[in-house]
Amino acid sequence: MTATTTHAPPALWIDACPAHRLGADDGVAVLLPDGRQAALFRTRDNRLFAVDNIDPFTGAAVISRGIVGDRRGEPTIASPMLKNVFSLLTGQSLEDPQVRLRTWAVRDTGATVQISARAEEESP
Amino acid sequence: MEELVVIGNGMVGHRLVEALHDRDSDHRWHVTVVGEEPRTAYDRVALSSYFDGASAQDLSLGDLSGPHVDVHVGERATALDRDARTVTTASGRTLGYDRLVLATGSTPFVPPVPGHDLPGCHVYRTIEDLDAITASARHARTGVVIGGGLLGLEAANALRLLGVEAHVVELAPHLMPAQIDEGAGGLLRRLVTDLGVHIHTGAASTAVEAGADGRVRNLLLGDGTRLDADLVVFSVGIRPRDDLARAAGLRVGERGGIVIDDTCTTSDDRIHAIGEAAAHRGTVYGLIAPGNAMAEVVADRLLGGGATFTGADTSTKLKLLGVDVASFGDAHGRADDCLDVVVNDAAGGRYAKLVLSDDATTLLGGILVGDASAYATLRPMVGSPLPGDPLTLITPEGGAALGADALPDSAQICSCNAVTKGALTDAVHTQGACDVAGLKACTRAGTSCGSCVPMLKQILSQAGIEQSKALCEHFTQSRAELLETVRATGTTTFSALIENHGTGQGCDICKPAVASILASLGGGHILDGEQATLQDTNDRYLANMQRNGTYSVVPRIPGGEITPDKLIVIGEVARDFQLYTKITGGQRIDLFGARLEQLPAIWTRLVEAGFESGHAYGKSLRTVKSCVGTTWCRYGVQDSVGLAIRLEERYRGLRSPHKLKSAVSGCARECAEARSKDFGIIATDQGWNLYVGGNGGFTPRHAELLASDLDEETLIRYIDRFLMFYIRTADRLQRTAPWIEAMDGGLDHVRDVVVHDTLGIAEELEAAMERHVHSYTDEWAAVLADPAKLARFESFANAPGTPDPTISFTTTRDQPVPGAALDLGMPAPRPQEATR
Ligand code: SRM
Ligand SMILES: Cc1cc2nc3c(=O)[nH]c(=O)nc-3n(C[C@H](O)[C@H](O)[C@H](O)COP(=O)(O)OP(=O)(O)OC[C@H]3O[C@@H](n4cnc5c(N)ncnc54)[C@H](O)[C@@H]3O)c2cc1C
Ligand code: SF4
Ligand code: FES
Repeated sequence: MTATTTHAPPALWIDACPAHRLGADDGVAVLLPDGRQAALFRTRDNRLFAVDNIDPFTGAAVISRGIVGDRRGEPTIASPMLKNVFSLLTGQSLEDPQVRLRTWAVRDTGATVQISARAEEESP
Repeated sequence: MEELVVIGNGMVGHRLVEALHDRDSDHRWHVTVVGEEPRTAYDRVALSSYFDGASAQDLSLGDLSGPHVDVHVGERATALDRDARTVTTASGRTLGYDRLVLATGSTPFVPPVPGHDLPGCHVYRTIEDLDAITASARHARTGVVIGGGLLGLEAANALRLLGVEAHVVELAPHLMPAQIDEGAGGLLRRLVTDLGVHIHTGAASTAVEAGADGRVRNLLLGDGTRLDADLVVFSVGIRPRDDLARAAGLRVGERGGIVIDDTCTTSDDRIHAIGEAAAHRGTVYGLIAPGNAMAEVVADRLLGGGATFTGADTSTKLKLLGVDVASFGDAHGRADDCLDVVVNDAAGGRYAKLVLSDDATTLLGGILVGDASAYATLRPMVGSPLPGDPLTLITPEGGAALGADALPDSAQICSCNAVTKGALTDAVHTQGACDVAGLKACTRAGTSCGSCVPMLKQILSQAGIEQSKALCEHFTQSRAELLETVRATGTTTFSALIENHGTGQGCDICKPAVASILASLGGGHILDGEQATLQDTNDRYLANMQRNGTYSVVPRIPGGEITPDKLIVIGEVARDFQLYTKITGGQRIDLFGARLEQLPAIWTRLVEAGFESGHAYGKSLRTVKSCVGTTWCRYGVQDSVGLAIRLEERYRGLRSPHKLKSAVSGCARECAEARSKDFGIIATDQGWNLYVGGNGGFTPRHAELLASDLDEETLIRYIDRFLMFYIRTADRLQRTAPWIEAMDGGLDHVRDVVVHDTLGIAEELEAAMERHVHSYTDEWAAVLADPAKLARFESFANAPGTPDPTISFTTTRDQPVPGAALDLGMPAPRPQEATR
C-alpha cells in the first residue's frame, strides 16, 4: 500500500505513555486521533514496536494484551485470542501470508514514548 | 475444484476421505460421500465391543463433513451412469463426478438353506445387526452360530455375553480353517469348549426349522442331529458388494469383487474400488489392513502420486473369549520345501508353529494359540533372517525377550496400517514424535487393532527420545526438567532462567509455562513485576477473555454453597454493570461482558461482599463440586458439602500444569459426578473413596480408584501428595489422566508413591502443599490493594477511561451479548456502539 498523495502530511507524533509505563516485554493500547488503535510494545532488548491493535483473525482489539517473544530471533507478538503469531518488524502473520498488521513508527524521547499518527505504509 | 464421489462410508471409505483431507492442502478435490447406513463410519473391527459396553458413539470414527467434504448418511447409491459420469441415489439425488470411488464393502453371505430367512435368523456386520441380535436374545436360551471362523467365534462370544448358551457349527474339520492348521485348531477347540461354547466341526447345516410361533426353533445338521436354537447367526463368509459396478458394466472377478489393478483402478479409469468390494489379483481381502492400504493408494493417486498396491499381509491376532490366537505370514506353509518348528503343549494350553525357509534361516510365517505374546516381535520378522534358534523364539520366555532392535528397518511393525520400523524411527527423529500418541499421529501405527503398541514403546525407548521433550525453541528441557532446574537453582525470574538455561526472548509457549512453574513453587503474586508479561491471556488480567475482547468474572463459590445475601450481591453487581449472567457447568456463576477497565470496580464490589477470585482463568484448581449429602439428602452417608468446601479452600490458587477439577459425592449414587474429575471423592459407610485421573473435555475419562474407605485426614494427605507429585512431574498442559497414562507403571506407580511412599518423598510433597496453603492470598484483593497492578487495567495508555470503541453489544434473551464484529481493517466505531 504505497501512498498515492504527493503531499504527504508531516509525521505527527502522539504521546502514547510515560516511558516508565512500558516495561520490557510489555504492551499497551493507544487510541489514535482517527479512531484507529495501535498496540505498542517494548521488547526485552529495549526495542519499540507498534502494530494494529485489532486481531485480524477475530476482529477484537486485543493485540496489546498478547505475549511478546521471538521466533528464530525475529521479534513477535502472539495474539491473546487464538494465539496467532505476528512479526513485530513487519506485522506479517507467521501463519497466513495474506494477513499483515499495519505498523507505526515509535520513538522514546526519554520521558515519553511517542507514536507516529500515520501508519508506515501510508508514508511517502 | 474437481468433484470426487465416494460410495460407501464404511471403514475404508472413511480412511480414503481422511487421507485425502490430510494431504489435499491445495483443495484440489471437493468430496461427496454417500453412505447407506444411518450413521457415519464406525469401527467395524471393534464391533463386538458393543456387547461389552461400548456405545455407537464410542465406535464412531468421526464425521468428516467440512467445507470440502459433504457426507450423506442413510442414502444408498442405486445406479451409476459412466457416460454421463453421474451417480443416482435412492432419494433421487444425482451426483456428478470427475472421479468415483466404490467403497461399498461386503455383505455377509447367507447360504440358501431352507429357513434361512425365518425371524430369529441374523447376520453380524452392522450396529443394526447387533441391535437385532440383542432383541432376539431377550427371549432366547440357546443360539447357534453357523461358521467357525474369526467372526463366527466373535459372534459366539457375543451370544455368551447376552446370556445365551452358544453353539458353533463349522463345516471344516477344525475351527478358523482360513488362519490356522489342524493342530492349532484342536487346541483352540479345547480352550473354547472349556469356556462353555459348544463346538460342532465337520458338520453341515441342512435346515433351519421353525417352531409354532413361526420363529427359529431348531437347526438340523447333515447327520440328522437337531440342535435347539432360539436364534441363529450366519457367519460363513462375505460377498463383495459389486452389484452397482456389475450393472454399470465394470469388470468383476469370477468369485465376485470389482476387479482393480495395482493402482486400485477399475476397468474404467475414472473409477476406483477399495476395501472388501474390490478384487485385486483375484483376491478379495476380508481384513481392514489391505483396505486401508488401498485407500492410501487412491488418496495418493488423486493428488498425482504414483503409489501402488501389490498385495497385503493377512496376519491376524485376536483375543477370542480370552483366548489368544494369532496367524501371520505363510501360516499354512504353502512355500516349496518349507520347514515347520512346532511346540504343542497340550497341558500348558499353548500351541506355536513357525514356518521357515528350506534352509531354516528365514521366517515365513507362523501360528500361535493360547499365548500370542510373541506375535508383536515375530510378525515383523517375516521375510527376515532369524536372530536365533527358532525353538527359543516360541518357548514362553524367548519371544518376549527379543526387542525391536533385532529387526531391520524394512520390518513392518504395524500391519494394520503398513508402517515399517524405518518409518517409525523417522517419525521420532525428524517429526519429533516423542510418545506413543505422537507416533500414532505421525504414522497411524497403533491406531487400529493396537497389537503393535508394545513395539512402538520399544522403538521410542531405543531411539533415546529425550531431545524431543523440549518445551519450545527457547528451552530444550521438558516442563518437569525446568521445574527441577528452578527448584535446584532457586531461580525466581523468567529473565534469569532463559539467560542461564535457554536461548532467545521466549514465546507464548515457554513464558506461561515458566510463569506457572514459578507460581507453583510459591513465586508471589502472578502479576508481580515482569511476571505479568509472562502470563497467558486469561491470567494476565485475572479474568477470561471473551470473543469480543471483553472479560468474564467468576467469583469463587466453594462447593457450590452460597448464602442468599451473597447471591443477591452477585445479582446486583451483574445488574449494575449490565453483565450477561449464566450458571456455569461448575456450580457457580459467570458474569460476562466486562470491559478491561471495568474489572477493578466490579471486583471492588465483590471483594467487599466477601468474594474471592474463582481462578476460572488459571491453570489451577477450578471447582470442587458437591452434592448435598447428609446435609439434606435422605441417602447421604457423609457430609459431602463440608468436605468439598474444605478441599476447595485448601487447594484454591494452586497453580498446576493444567486445570484441576474435583467433586465430592455423599454416597455411591454419585450425584456430583466425582468420577469425571482429576480427583473425585465418593462417600462410603466407612469414610471416603478417592478416585484420580478423570476428566470431561476433549478426551473424557473416568477416574480410577486410588484408595478406599479413608478417614478425612488420610484422604487429605493423599490428595496433597497426589497433586504435588503431579505438579512436579507432569508436562505442560498435561491433565492428570494422560499424566498417569504416560507414567511407567501407570496408576499402580501413582499408588506406590502416594499411598505406600515408595520414593520416600511423601513428607516433602506434603510440606510443599502446606506452604501453598499458608501462603495463599486472594489474587484479586491483592490487585485492588496495589496501584502498580491496578494501572494495567486501562483501555488505552493515552486515554485510560475511554471504552474501546470497537466493543458493542446487542440483546439476546433479555441479556447483553457481543454485537457484530467490526469489518476487519475498519477500526472506526459503528453507530450502534455504546449501548452501554
Ligand atoms: C463457563 C464454563 C461453561 C459454562 O457456561 O458452564 C466454561 C467455559 C470455558 N471453558 Fe470449560 N467451562 C466450564 C466448565 C467446563 C467443564 C465442566 C466441569 O468443570 O464440570 C468441562 C469438562 C470437564 C473437564 O474439564 O474435565 C470443561 C472443559 C473445558 C476444556 C477441555 C479440557 C480438557 O481437558 O479437554 C477447556 C479447554 C482447556 O482447558 O484447555 C475449557 C475452557 C474453557 C474456557 C476457559 C476457554 C477460554 O479460555 O476462554 C471457557 C471460558 C470461561 C469463561 O469465559 O469464564 N473447558 N469446561 C464452565 C465454567 C465452570 C466454572 O465454574 O469454572
Ligand atoms: C464383527 C467384525 C469383526 C471384524 N474384525 C476384524 C479384525 O479383527 N481384523 C480385521 O482386519 N478385519 C476385521 N473385520 C473386517 C473389517 O471390518 C472389514 O474388512 C472392513 O470394515 C472393510 O471396510 P470397507 O469399507 O471395505 O467395508 P464396510 O466397512 O462394510 O463399509 C462399506 C459401507 O458401504 C456401504 N454401502 C454399500 N453399498 C452402498 C451403496 N450402494 N450406497 C451407499 N452405501 C453403500 C455399506 O452400508 C457400508 O457402510 C471385522 C468385521 C466384522 C463385521
Ligand atoms: S450422591 Fe448420594 S448423597 Fe449425594 S445427592 Fe446423590 S443420592 Fe444424595
Ligand atoms: S498392527 Fe494393528 S494397529 Fe498396528
